Amino acid sequence: MSIVHLETITKRFGDVTAVKELDLLIKEGEFFTFLGPSGCGKTTTLRMIAGFYYPTEGIVKFNERNMTTVSPENRNTGMVFQNYALFPHMTVFENVAFGLKVRKLSKEIIKEKVEDVLKKVRLEQYIDRQVSQLSGGQQQRVALARAIVIEPDILLLDEPLSNLDARLRDEMRTEILRLQQEYKITTIYVTHDQVEALTMSDRIAVFSHGVCQQVGTPTEIYNEPINDFVAEFIGETNLLSIDYVSKTPDLHSYQLCELDCKVEVKNDGANIAAYDQTDKLSMSIRPEAVIVSEKSLEGLNVFKGIVKIVQFTGAAVHTYVELNETVLIESTNLNKGPATYLNVGNEVYVQFPAEQIRVIPEMKKI
Amino acid sequence: MLNAERRKTILLLIPVFLILGGYVLYPALRTALESIHKNGVFSLQNYSDFFGAKAKANFEALWNSVWISLASVFFSACIGLPLAYIFNRYDFPGRKFFAGIAIMPIVLPSLVGVMAFMFLYGEAGLIPNAIKDIFNLKNVPFSIGGISGILLVHAYTMYPYFYMTSSSALGNIDPSLEEAASNLGASKFKVFWKVTFPLLTPGLVAAALLVFMVSMASFSAPFLLAGGFRVLSLQIYFSKINGDLEMAATQSVILSMVSISFLLFMRWYQSRKDYRMASKGIGAHRSEVNNPLLKWVMVSIGILAMIVLLLPHATLLILSLVPDGAWTWQTYPQSFNFENFILLFEDPYIWEPVKNSLIMAFLACIGVFIFGIFTSYALVKRKFFGKNLLDILVMIPWALPATVVGMNMILAFNTPSPFSFGKVLVGTFWILPLAYFVRFLPLVVRSTNAVLEQLDDSIEEAAQNLGAKWFYTFRKVVLPIIMPGVLSGTLLAFVQAVGEFPTSVLLYTIGNRPISIEIMNQLRMFNIGQAAAYGMIQVGLIAIVMFISSKFLGVKAEKSLG
Ligand SMILES: Nc1ncnc2c1ncn2[C@@H]1O[C@H](COP(=O)(O)OP(=O)(O)O)[C@@H](O)[C@H]1O
Ligand SMILES: [Mg+2]
Repeated sequence: MSIVHLETITKRFGDVTAVKELDLLIKEGEFFTFLGPSGCGKTTTLRMIAGFYYPTEGIVKFNERNMTTVSPENRNTGMVFQNYALFPHMTVFENVAFGLKVRKLSKEIIKEKVEDVLKKVRLEQYIDRQVSQLSGGQQQRVALARAIVIEPDILLLDEPLSNLDARLRDEMRTEILRLQQEYKITTIYVTHDQVEALTMSDRIAVFSHGVCQQVGTPTEIYNEPINDFVAEFIGETNLLSIDYVSKTPDLHSYQLCELDCKVEVKNDGANIAAYDQTDKLSMSIRPEAVIVSEKSLEGLNVFKGIVKIVQFTGAAVHTYVELNETVLIESTNLNKGPATYLNVGNEVYVQFPAEQIRVIPEMKKI
Repeated sequence: MLNAERRKTILLLIPVFLILGGYVLYPALRTALESIHKNGVFSLQNYSDFFGAKAKANFEALWNSVWISLASVFFSACIGLPLAYIFNRYDFPGRKFFAGIAIMPIVLPSLVGVMAFMFLYGEAGLIPNAIKDIFNLKNVPFSIGGISGILLVHAYTMYPYFYMTSSSALGNIDPSLEEAASNLGASKFKVFWKVTFPLLTPGLVAAALLVFMVSMASFSAPFLLAGGFRVLSLQIYFSKINGDLEMAATQSVILSMVSISFLLFMRWYQSRKDYRMASKGIGAHRSEVNNPLLKWVMVSIGILAMIVLLLPHATLLILSLVPDGAWTWQTYPQSFNFENFILLFEDPYIWEPVKNSLIMAFLACIGVFIFGIFTSYALVKRKFFGKNLLDILVMIPWALPATVVGMNMILAFNTPSPFSFGKVLVGTFWILPLAYFVRFLPLVVRSTNAVLEQLDDSIEEAAQNLGAKWFYTFRKVVLPIIMPGVLSGTLLAFVQAVGEFPTSVLLYTIGNRPISIEIMNQLRMFNIGQAAAYGMIQVGLIAIVMFISSKFLGVKAEKSLG
């Protein structure tokens, strides 16, 4: 178990800057996730922690120990690769025992440890199988067992579930969490899947183009995104560009550029992100916060529109309302039966509750 | 960047460059140097002689080599491509069996193959004489020799290059592409010319370049069949025999230039981005031949082709059963028994060449095996400056005609050099294993490259992440995974070294004369049976190796030709 401390890390490949001035402190025993679209530098960061790349600038520390140029075999991290990277010529036992053999443990202890960990990942009956004879989910578990059995200080997982089908993915998600909590290993998890990140993590770092945009708990990231990229990348949202107009102690007033009318936002840190004078601003409101009604609505920020699409997904119903030619607002409600569905073509009232809006600046371009 | 990694790479590269420099580059440079000397003084006389009127034979030989090679490409393509198309696109009884037979020419070592052709279709050959007797003709109706002989042998031994590349390319074409074209209204003929053929082109060009190079380098066929006809690879041998090393060097340089420019052209061609199949691994779909007449025509053609293809093998077997003195002036051999094989194992003098060949090929293969693995590992898995240079250095012996490799060896090691530890190697036992090593190194490197490229980098990283040091990872993870590929390459190098003729004929001594030289001796003494028995040993070895490769190492016979 270790603290991982990345101090202003930059990694360049020729002209490409894969990671830029990254500062991160990952706590002991934490389940920490790197989230971002593909190509944003998650793998590169992970590989710098594992030691496969050395940072161009900056320092990697485990527990105050400088590890920046320590070679991978001396870092005691356990990595699970995207393609599992199981040794194809070995059995399940030999795969899992590999790291222990390298550590020169006695035969009996190796056997005991391997059997123990295979029981934990529920593979004890496959111990003598050739790895090629296992299914995808089982191979994934062998890879996990192989990484955990060496009792690593840090567990590193690079999109470990992306090769599995949806059902297995759910199952393995729980499995990984269970193992992590049982062993209490500091875990760094890389994914581009926001649902995975939100459901599993203690904290998340959101990346874009090699820059870490925001670090926070899943609720912080979802409810209080610091810029338009984070707001759009995590979950669904309605994003409208706005300009600052005026403020009172309770409310800030903004002009909606595309609608030619005002919107009022509660004056609170949870509703208004930090921004500079020069930033282009947007407001974001989650579909589940948008109120749509056929009857006229009381209060602030009420607009008129026409229902364009009603989409039924089972648990929820999405209603798309057109406010004018360029603005289409999505609203999501739990399914409460056919009587509550709106009809396409009807005129409706749409409300953005002032305490549900978040004002955010545009992501800084690098 | 990575200091420890860098150090490992450099440690790996030092021996690799030393050996390649010493045994590939240095000999080639010695040859180049020799070619610009006349009687020991610097001069370009050799080159002006080569292209001038004084040694017209040389220029003629170069020209002959070129057009013979072009013709060989043409004939090989004419046989290989249609055969591949028929076997991959039509289903008829016995298709699989015939397709297997189609690659049989590759189990015939070149010298032995040429010998079989001589006794089959030559002036005193079995086929022309049989036709003469059956139809009561006065003279043999036809016989091969000179140009026709060389071309026939080339077509027979080289069409598999076309056959195999077209087969695998055809197998890789997504059938839905052709179906899409038909669906859009294209006729069968149009589909072939507008869709299938363009997709085959990259493979066909590669095969054509390969056949051209192989046939420029061809030695055994002209050696046995050419008569007065001159080709460049043979001229080198004659110059050397006549003691004109400087001219031999000049001829070698010119032949090398042709070959190396082809190598570079081929590298460039293959590195170009070409349209690869978007989807892969879809089994070829074959049209079943339903018309019974057509079906039986196809089967009969198949059977006929099979007989023609296997006749040389059969001839070799029959000849090997003819005891000494049982076939002198008669048209056909008179008696058959196992005397030649029994002698082989009982008479130490007759056994000796076999022993020599096996020992020398074994020594060369140990070297090729160890050195090939490390070279290939450096090439595929390490990043360093000068990688392209290394790649080219390794491939040079593959591009160079065997005769040239032999000449390079002579010119480099007929004087003491640091790479031979200050000894003269020419005239000793060691020169031949060394020549085999140089000649077959590319083969092992290529087959090892193929398996190493398959090996995902993350496998090695996983081992490292679990705490294993580089050498431990290499021994316990990398080696076991790539071993089948490396072994099959090495085994192939072994059988080729056992049958190697062109370098042997330039470098052998009485003490280490290999099988191929003894075959020549026996032929000269008209002891055809014994020569064929030696040939059968080679064919047997090749058959065993192919069997092992496909059975235990999971390598397809077609692949092993490389
Ligand atoms: N070994 C490398 N050499 C050159 N460029 C690289 C290398 N690895 C990654 N990159 C580049 O760095 C950027 C980030 O890549 P990566 O960390 O793999 O992204 P992610 O894992 O988030 O999808 C990409 O633009 C990629 O092309
Ligand atoms: Mg990645």
